[in-house]
Amino acid sequence: MYSNKPSMHPDRQDILNKLMALDFVAVDLQLYLDTHPYDRNALMNYNSVVCQAQMLRQAYENMYGPLFSFRSASRYPWQWINEPWPWQYQFNFRIPGEEL
Amino acid sequence: MWIYEKKLEYPVKIKKPNPKMAKYIITQYGGPDGELAASLRYLSQRFSMVTPQAKAVLNDIGTEELAHLEIVGTMVRQLIENASIDEIKAADLGSYYADHDKAIYPLSASGVPFTAAYIQSKGDPITDLHENMAAEEKARSTYEWLINLADDPDVIDPLRFLREREIVHFQRFGEALRIVQEYLDSQKCFPVVKTPDMMHMPHMPIKAGANNKK
Ligand SMILES: [Fe+2]
Repeated sequence: MYSNKPSMHPDRQDILNKLMALDFVAVDLQLYLDTHPYDRNALMNYNSVVCQAQMLRQAYENMYGPLFSFRSASRYPWQWINEPWPWQYQFNFRIPGEEL
Repeated sequence: MWIYEKKLEYPVKIKKPNPKMAKYIITQYGGPDGELAASLRYLSQRFSMVTPQAKAVLNDIGTEELAHLEIVGTMVRQLIENASIDEIKAADLGSYYADHDKAIYPLSASGVPFTAAYIQSKGDPITDLHENMAAEEKARSTYEWLINLADDPDVIDPLRFLREREIVHFQRFGEALRIVQEYLDSQKCFPVVKTPDMMHMPHMPIKAGANNKK
């Protein structure tokens, strides 16, 4: 089926999984803060999560190339076009410990 | 503007082709209660929304819906990419295949192409926020029916994630509605309806109409 296309390295999946988890918390807190702008606690959590995600993002980009269109620098040659893209099977993984 | 980030909001890893499931799930791509309709609805409504909170909610939920559109498209593609012609025919997806091969095209489960008639952008912030709360509930129901139709954990897992998000969005729109309601009540000393005639009524200060336009 997908056997001819190798999956991403487990290390890359691991860091991506952590980054997706942090970013998800950030997305959720952002929406919450939109309607609760005076919730200090939520704001502190948001700032902390964004800061952690930023560090992880930097580490990911250093190792595996740009995450952002026209916001990330690239090594030579142009890294942005590198496969896999997020919608491809090989890019993805099952969330560890979340098997149904 | 938008910046693309090269990852999904939630991973999609579907090993087993299932064109029948693809035919159902595509409705959340281009169907009446799908993610394309949701994102276009919120991102269009934000231009005329009032209060900083409600504008932010429309902008940010509209943006998240685009990420959901990507997740749904990814699911459909992975479900049909490796399906054989026989499987596609057996799943009653032959007519889709004739028009689109295994590409992703926005239509509903019953095959109706996407139309802007699915959404409204009314200019009345109360009306729009009510529409959005209903839309989130309709999307939640759709994900529940899709979960009922699915039996593969690889398919059910992202569907559950998307269902959860609709519940959160519904909650945020409810809060935005309350904030907008309070704002309008605090502004409203005069009738809301604004006609050219009202502007000239001596007892009706121009401000009453202008207040609605913030
Ligand atoms: Fe939603």
